[in-house]
Amino acid sequence: MKALFLSIVCYLCIAQLQAQQVSLLSADQLNERLKQGKDTVFVVNLWATWCVPCVKELPFFGRLQHAYPDNPLKILLISLDFRSKIKSEVEPFIKKMKLEQEVFVMNDVDQQTFIDKVDKQWSGSIPATLLVNTAKQQRKFIPNELTYEQLVDQYESIK
Amino acid sequence: MKRLTTFLLLAFIVKASAQTSGYQVGALVSDFSLKNTNNKTVALSDYPDAKGYIVAFTCNTCPVAKAYEERLIQLNSKYAPLGYPVIAINPNDPDVSAGDSFQAMQERAKSKQYAFAYLYDPGQEVTRQFGAERTPHIYLLQKTAKGNKVAYIGAIDNDPEEANPQRINYLENAIAALQKGKQPDVAFTKAVGCGVKFKK
Repeated sequence: MKALFLSIVCYLCIAQLQAQQVSLLSADQLNERLKQGKDTVFVVNLWATWCVPCVKELPFFGRLQHAYPDNPLKILLISLDFRSKIKSEVEPFIKKMKLEQEVFVMNDVDQQTFIDKVDKQWSGSIPATLLVNTAKQQRKFIPNELTYEQLVDQYESIK
Repeated sequence: MKRLTTFLLLAFIVKASAQTSGYQVGALVSDFSLKNTNNKTVALSDYPDAKGYIVAFTCNTCPVAKAYEERLIQLNSKYAPLGYPVIAINPNDPDVSAGDSFQAMQERAKSKQYAFAYLYDPGQEVTRQFGAERTPHIYLLQKTAKGNKVAYIGAIDNDPEEANPQRINYLENAIAALQKGKQPDVAFTKAVGCGVKFKK
Protein backbone atom coordinates (compact mmCIF):
# COMPACT_ATOMS: atom_id res chain seq x y z
CA MET A 1 0.00 0.00 0.00
CA LYS A 2 2.79 2.34 0.99
CA ALA A 3 4.62 1.47 -2.23
CA LEU A 4 1.52 2.25 -4.24
CA PHE A 5 1.10 5.59 -2.45
CA LEU A 6 4.72 6.46 -3.07
CA SER A 7 4.51 5.58 -6.70
CA ILE A 8 1.42 7.77 -7.12
CA VAL A 9 3.22 10.65 -5.40
CA CYS A 10 6.22 10.07 -7.65
CA TYR A 11 4.03 9.98 -10.70
CA LEU A 12 2.44 13.27 -9.69
CA CYS A 13 5.88 14.80 -9.12
CA ILE A 14 6.96 13.79 -12.58
CA ALA A 15 3.73 15.03 -14.11
CA GLN A 16 4.24 18.33 -12.31
CA LEU A 17 7.80 18.62 -13.58
CA GLN A 18 6.72 17.86 -17.10
CA ALA A 19 4.01 20.46 -16.91
CA GLN A 20 6.71 23.10 -16.41
CA GLN A 21 8.78 21.79 -19.25
CA VAL A 22 8.84 22.26 -22.96
CA SER A 23 5.77 21.66 -25.08
CA LEU A 24 5.65 21.06 -28.79
CA LEU A 25 3.91 23.64 -30.93
CA SER A 26 2.89 23.59 -34.57
CA ALA A 27 2.75 26.70 -36.75
CA ASP A 28 -1.05 26.28 -36.93
CA GLN A 29 -1.30 26.21 -33.15
CA LEU A 30 0.89 29.29 -32.96
CA ASN A 31 -1.28 31.20 -35.42
CA GLU A 32 -4.43 30.12 -33.61
CA ARG A 33 -3.01 31.44 -30.36
CA LEU A 34 -1.97 34.75 -31.96
CA LYS A 35 -5.45 35.12 -33.41
CA GLN A 36 -7.04 34.71 -29.96
CA GLY A 37 -4.75 37.45 -28.63
CA LYS A 38 -7.31 40.28 -28.34
CA ASP A 39 -5.43 43.17 -26.74
CA THR A 40 -2.33 41.13 -26.01
CA VAL A 41 0.84 41.96 -27.89
CA PHE A 42 2.76 38.82 -28.68
CA VAL A 43 6.52 38.83 -29.06
CA VAL A 44 7.53 35.53 -30.64
CA ASN A 45 11.22 34.74 -30.76
CA LEU A 46 12.56 32.02 -33.00
CA TRP A 47 15.78 30.58 -31.64
CA ALA A 48 17.80 27.45 -30.92
CA THR A 49 20.24 26.38 -28.21
CA TRP A 50 22.93 25.99 -30.89
CA CYS A 51 22.52 29.50 -32.26
CA VAL A 52 25.07 31.83 -30.65
CA PRO A 53 23.40 35.21 -31.41
CA CYS A 54 20.05 33.76 -30.31
CA VAL A 55 21.47 32.78 -26.94
CA LYS A 56 22.90 36.26 -26.53
CA GLU A 57 19.54 37.82 -27.34
CA LEU A 58 17.30 35.59 -25.18
CA PRO A 59 17.69 37.45 -21.86
CA PHE A 60 16.40 40.64 -23.54
CA PHE A 61 12.92 39.13 -23.75
CA GLY A 62 12.80 38.59 -19.99
CA ARG A 63 14.05 42.13 -19.53
CA LEU A 64 11.31 43.46 -21.80
CA GLN A 65 8.66 41.58 -19.82
CA HIS A 66 9.96 43.08 -16.56
CA ALA A 67 10.14 46.56 -18.07
CA TYR A 68 6.40 46.49 -18.87
CA PRO A 69 4.87 44.63 -15.91
CA ASP A 70 1.39 46.10 -16.40
CA ASN A 71 1.12 45.68 -20.16
CA PRO A 72 -0.70 42.86 -21.92
CA LEU A 73 2.54 41.47 -23.29
CA LYS A 74 3.09 37.78 -23.95
CA ILE A 75 6.45 36.39 -24.90
CA LEU A 76 6.70 33.04 -26.64
CA LEU A 77 10.12 31.49 -27.17
CA ILE A 78 9.97 28.96 -29.98
CA SER A 79 13.01 26.76 -30.32
CA LEU A 80 13.99 25.16 -33.59
CA ASP A 81 16.14 22.58 -31.92
CA PHE A 82 15.61 19.04 -33.12
CA ARG A 83 12.78 17.39 -31.23
CA SER A 84 15.18 14.61 -30.26
CA LYS A 85 17.20 17.19 -28.27
CA ILE A 86 14.42 18.40 -25.97
CA LYS A 87 15.49 16.35 -22.96
CA SER A 88 19.23 16.49 -23.58
CA GLU A 89 19.65 20.12 -24.71
CA VAL A 90 16.57 22.35 -24.51
CA GLU A 91 15.37 21.59 -20.99
CA PRO A 92 18.79 21.85 -19.32
CA PHE A 93 19.33 25.09 -21.25
CA ILE A 94 16.08 26.61 -19.95
CA LYS A 95 17.15 25.74 -16.43
CA LYS A 96 20.63 27.15 -16.88
CA MET A 97 19.36 30.39 -18.43
CA LYS A 98 16.50 30.57 -15.88
CA LEU A 99 14.04 31.36 -18.66
CA GLU A 100 10.68 32.36 -17.20
CA GLN A 101 8.79 32.69 -20.48
CA GLU A 102 6.82 30.00 -22.24
CA VAL A 103 9.16 27.85 -24.27
CA PHE A 104 8.11 25.61 -27.13
CA VAL A 105 9.85 23.44 -29.64
CA MET A 106 8.56 23.61 -33.21
CA ASN A 107 6.61 20.47 -33.91
CA ASP A 108 6.28 20.59 -37.70
CA VAL A 109 8.69 18.34 -39.54
CA ASP A 110 8.14 19.97 -42.91
CA GLN A 111 10.12 23.19 -42.82
CA GLN A 112 8.62 24.32 -46.15
CA THR A 113 5.23 24.55 -44.51
CA PHE A 114 5.97 25.95 -41.10
CA ILE A 115 8.45 28.65 -42.14
CA ASP A 116 5.90 30.22 -44.47
CA LYS A 117 3.11 29.77 -41.94
CA VAL A 118 5.06 31.66 -39.28
CA ASP A 119 5.80 34.47 -41.73
CA LYS A 120 6.10 34.71 -45.49
CA GLN A 121 9.11 36.98 -45.12
CA TRP A 122 11.01 34.44 -43.05
CA SER A 123 13.71 32.51 -44.91
CA GLY A 124 14.32 30.20 -41.97
CA SER A 125 17.39 32.00 -40.63
CA ILE A 126 17.59 32.53 -36.89
CA PRO A 127 17.42 34.53 -34.74
CA ALA A 128 14.19 36.08 -35.92
CA THR A 129 11.38 37.79 -34.02
CA LEU A 130 7.70 38.26 -34.78
CA LEU A 131 5.58 40.92 -33.06
CA VAL A 132 1.82 40.66 -33.34
CA ASN A 133 -0.92 42.99 -32.13
CA THR A 134 -4.14 41.26 -33.12
CA ALA A 135 -6.43 44.03 -31.88
CA LYS A 136 -4.67 46.59 -34.06
CA GLN A 137 -4.13 44.05 -36.83
CA GLN A 138 -0.44 44.82 -36.84
CA ARG A 139 2.37 42.43 -37.47
CA LYS A 140 6.11 42.95 -37.73
CA PHE A 141 8.70 40.41 -38.69
CA ILE A 142 12.36 41.03 -37.89
CA PRO A 143 14.65 38.57 -39.67
CA ASN A 144 17.74 39.29 -37.62
CA GLU A 145 19.29 39.72 -34.18
CA LEU A 146 18.09 42.59 -31.98
CA THR A 147 19.78 44.63 -29.30
CA TYR A 148 17.68 45.28 -26.19
CA GLU A 149 17.11 48.88 -27.31
CA GLN A 150 15.95 47.74 -30.74
CA LEU A 151 13.60 45.22 -29.14
CA VAL A 152 12.07 47.95 -26.95
CA ASP A 153 11.67 50.22 -30.01
CA GLN A 154 9.96 47.46 -31.97
CA TYR A 155 7.63 46.70 -29.08
CA GLU A 156 6.84 50.39 -28.52
CA SER A 157 5.98 50.77 -32.20
CA ILE A 158 3.35 48.05 -32.14
CA LYS A 159 1.92 48.03 -28.60
CA MET B 1 -13.96 31.53 -61.26
CA LYS B 2 -11.43 29.21 -62.77
CA ARG B 3 -9.40 32.20 -63.89
CA LEU B 4 -9.51 33.63 -60.39
CA THR B 5 -8.29 30.35 -58.93
CA THR B 6 -5.44 30.25 -61.43
CA PHE B 7 -4.57 33.83 -60.59
CA LEU B 8 -4.54 33.13 -56.87
CA LEU B 9 -2.47 30.04 -57.39
CA LEU B 10 0.03 31.99 -59.48
CA ALA B 11 0.12 34.80 -56.94
CA PHE B 12 0.87 32.25 -54.26
CA ILE B 13 3.67 30.65 -56.25
CA VAL B 14 5.25 34.01 -56.95
CA LYS B 15 5.05 34.98 -53.33
CA ALA B 16 6.35 31.68 -52.01
CA SER B 17 9.29 31.73 -54.37
CA ALA B 18 10.47 35.21 -53.54
CA GLN B 19 13.81 35.99 -52.02
CA THR B 20 13.78 39.09 -49.85
CA SER B 21 16.93 40.43 -51.50
CA GLY B 22 19.59 39.45 -54.01
CA TYR B 23 19.20 37.06 -56.91
CA GLN B 24 15.86 35.45 -57.65
CA VAL B 25 15.39 32.19 -59.50
CA GLY B 26 15.95 32.94 -63.20
CA ALA B 27 18.39 35.82 -62.57
CA LEU B 28 21.77 35.98 -64.27
CA VAL B 29 24.68 35.97 -61.86
CA SER B 30 27.69 38.30 -62.15
CA ASP B 31 30.97 36.48 -61.94
CA PHE B 32 33.05 37.05 -58.82
CA SER B 33 36.62 36.51 -57.79
CA LEU B 34 37.27 35.44 -54.22
CA LYS B 35 40.20 33.98 -52.34
CA ASN B 36 40.23 30.25 -51.78
CA THR B 37 41.75 28.59 -48.70
CA ASN B 38 44.85 27.78 -50.80
CA ASN B 39 45.32 31.56 -51.30
CA LYS B 40 44.45 31.41 -55.01
CA THR B 41 41.49 33.34 -56.31
CA VAL B 42 38.54 31.51 -57.82
CA ALA B 43 35.99 32.77 -60.35
CA LEU B 44 33.09 31.00 -62.05
CA SER B 45 34.93 31.49 -65.34
CA ASP B 46 37.75 29.30 -64.00
CA TYR B 47 35.58 26.27 -64.74
CA PRO B 48 35.31 26.23 -68.55
CA ASP B 49 33.90 22.70 -68.64
CA ALA B 50 31.20 23.29 -66.03
CA LYS B 51 27.56 22.94 -67.01
CA GLY B 52 26.60 24.70 -63.82
CA TYR B 53 27.66 25.31 -60.25
CA ILE B 54 26.51 24.37 -56.77
CA VAL B 55 27.22 27.64 -54.96
CA ALA B 56 26.94 26.86 -51.26
CA PHE B 57 26.98 29.57 -48.61
CA THR B 58 28.28 27.66 -45.63
CA CYS B 59 30.60 28.20 -42.71
CA ASN B 60 32.74 26.69 -39.98
CA THR B 61 30.55 27.50 -37.03
CA CYS B 62 26.87 26.87 -37.74
CA PRO B 63 25.59 23.51 -36.47
CA VAL B 64 23.21 23.20 -39.42
CA ALA B 65 26.05 23.87 -41.86
CA LYS B 66 28.14 21.28 -40.04
CA ALA B 67 25.31 18.78 -40.24
CA TYR B 68 25.35 19.25 -44.01
CA GLU B 69 29.13 19.32 -44.45
CA GLU B 70 29.50 15.63 -45.26
CA ARG B 71 26.59 15.84 -47.72
CA LEU B 72 28.28 18.78 -49.44
CA ILE B 73 31.51 16.78 -49.77
CA GLN B 74 29.55 13.87 -51.26
CA LEU B 75 27.65 16.14 -53.63
CA ASN B 76 30.92 17.52 -54.96
CA SER B 77 32.43 14.09 -55.51
CA LYS B 78 29.26 12.97 -57.29
CA TYR B 79 28.48 16.06 -59.36
CA ALA B 80 31.82 17.78 -60.05
CA PRO B 81 32.74 15.04 -62.56
CA LEU B 82 29.28 15.54 -64.15
CA GLY B 83 29.92 19.25 -64.62
CA TYR B 84 28.40 20.68 -61.44
CA PRO B 85 31.20 21.51 -59.00
CA VAL B 86 30.54 22.77 -55.47
CA ILE B 87 31.80 26.28 -54.81
CA ALA B 88 31.50 27.04 -51.12
CA ILE B 89 31.52 30.62 -49.85
CA ASN B 90 31.74 31.58 -46.20
CA PRO B 91 29.41 34.59 -45.81
CA ASN B 92 30.16 35.40 -42.17
CA ASP B 93 32.12 38.41 -40.97
CA PRO B 94 35.07 37.12 -38.92
CA ASP B 95 34.91 40.11 -36.56
CA VAL B 96 31.43 38.98 -35.54
CA SER B 97 32.13 35.25 -35.79
CA ALA B 98 35.77 34.57 -34.88
CA GLY B 99 35.47 30.90 -35.82
CA ASP B 100 34.95 31.93 -39.44
CA SER B 101 38.30 33.68 -39.93
CA PHE B 102 40.26 32.91 -43.08
CA GLN B 103 42.74 30.92 -41.02
CA ALA B 104 39.95 28.88 -39.41
CA MET B 105 38.54 28.23 -42.88
CA GLN B 106 41.93 27.00 -44.05
CA GLU B 107 42.13 24.63 -41.09
CA ARG B 108 38.63 23.32 -41.72
CA ALA B 109 39.22 22.77 -45.44
CA LYS B 110 42.43 20.93 -44.65
CA SER B 111 41.11 18.72 -41.86
CA LYS B 112 38.03 17.73 -43.90
CA GLN B 113 40.02 17.50 -47.13
CA TYR B 114 37.66 19.69 -49.12
CA ALA B 115 38.05 18.86 -52.81
CA PHE B 116 36.06 22.01 -53.64
CA ALA B 117 36.80 25.72 -53.36
CA TYR B 118 35.98 27.26 -49.98
CA LEU B 119 36.00 31.01 -50.52
CA TYR B 120 36.39 33.95 -48.20
CA ASP B 121 34.12 36.94 -48.87
CA PRO B 122 35.69 39.97 -47.12
CA GLY B 123 33.25 42.85 -47.09
CA GLN B 124 30.45 40.35 -47.77
CA GLU B 125 29.77 41.82 -51.20
CA VAL B 126 29.15 38.53 -52.98
CA THR B 127 26.99 37.39 -50.06
CA ARG B 128 24.81 40.50 -50.46
CA GLN B 129 24.73 40.18 -54.24
CA PHE B 130 23.32 36.69 -53.92
CA GLY B 131 21.08 37.61 -51.02
CA ALA B 132 22.34 34.71 -48.93
CA GLU B 133 20.60 34.91 -45.59
CA ARG B 134 21.68 31.82 -43.73
CA THR B 135 24.08 28.91 -43.66
CA PRO B 136 23.71 26.60 -45.40
CA HIS B 137 22.05 28.40 -48.34
CA ILE B 138 22.40 26.85 -51.79
CA TYR B 139 22.23 28.48 -55.23
CA LEU B 140 22.29 26.09 -58.16
CA LEU B 141 23.49 27.87 -61.29
CA GLN B 142 23.03 26.74 -64.86
CA LYS B 143 25.50 27.82 -67.50
CA THR B 144 23.56 29.21 -70.47
CA ALA B 145 24.46 31.16 -73.61
CA LYS B 146 23.36 34.34 -71.81
CA GLY B 147 25.35 33.64 -68.67
CA ASN B 148 25.07 31.77 -65.40
CA LYS B 149 21.41 31.56 -64.49
CA VAL B 150 19.98 30.78 -61.05
CA ALA B 151 18.04 27.52 -61.38
CA TYR B 152 17.34 26.71 -57.74
CA ILE B 153 17.66 28.46 -54.37
CA GLY B 154 17.31 26.83 -50.99
CA ALA B 155 18.16 23.73 -49.03
CA ILE B 156 20.06 20.57 -50.01
CA ASP B 157 17.18 18.43 -48.73
CA ASN B 158 14.42 18.49 -46.13
CA ASP B 159 16.27 16.32 -43.67
CA PRO B 160 18.79 18.25 -41.54
CA GLU B 161 18.65 15.69 -38.74
CA GLU B 162 18.98 12.73 -41.13
CA ALA B 163 15.88 11.25 -39.57
CA ASN B 164 13.15 12.09 -42.07
CA PRO B 165 11.81 8.96 -43.74
CA GLN B 166 10.26 11.21 -46.40
CA ARG B 167 13.49 12.83 -47.41
CA ILE B 168 13.31 14.93 -50.56
CA ASN B 169 16.65 15.72 -52.16
CA TYR B 170 15.71 19.15 -53.53
CA LEU B 171 19.15 19.98 -54.88
CA GLU B 172 19.75 16.63 -56.56
CA ASN B 173 16.26 16.75 -58.07
CA ALA B 174 17.00 20.21 -59.43
CA ILE B 175 20.29 19.02 -60.98
CA ALA B 176 18.48 16.02 -62.48
CA ALA B 177 16.00 18.39 -64.14
CA LEU B 178 18.82 20.47 -65.64
CA GLN B 179 20.50 17.30 -66.89
CA LYS B 180 17.28 16.46 -68.73
CA GLY B 181 17.16 19.93 -70.24
CA LYS B 182 14.27 20.96 -67.99
CA GLN B 183 13.84 23.48 -65.21
CA PRO B 184 13.40 22.23 -61.62
CA ASP B 185 9.81 21.63 -60.48
CA VAL B 186 10.78 22.91 -57.05
CA ALA B 187 13.01 25.92 -57.65
CA PHE B 188 12.86 27.53 -54.22
CA THR B 189 12.82 26.11 -50.71
CA LYS B 190 13.21 27.49 -47.24
CA ALA B 191 15.08 25.95 -44.34
CA VAL B 192 16.08 26.66 -40.80
CA GLY B 193 19.67 27.82 -40.65
CA CYS B 194 22.02 30.24 -38.92
CA GLY B 195 21.53 33.85 -39.95
CA VAL B 196 24.52 35.28 -41.81
CA LYS B 197 26.73 37.25 -39.42
CA PHE B 198 26.92 40.66 -41.08
CA LYS B 199 29.52 43.22 -40.10
CA LYS B 200 28.26 45.54 -37.37
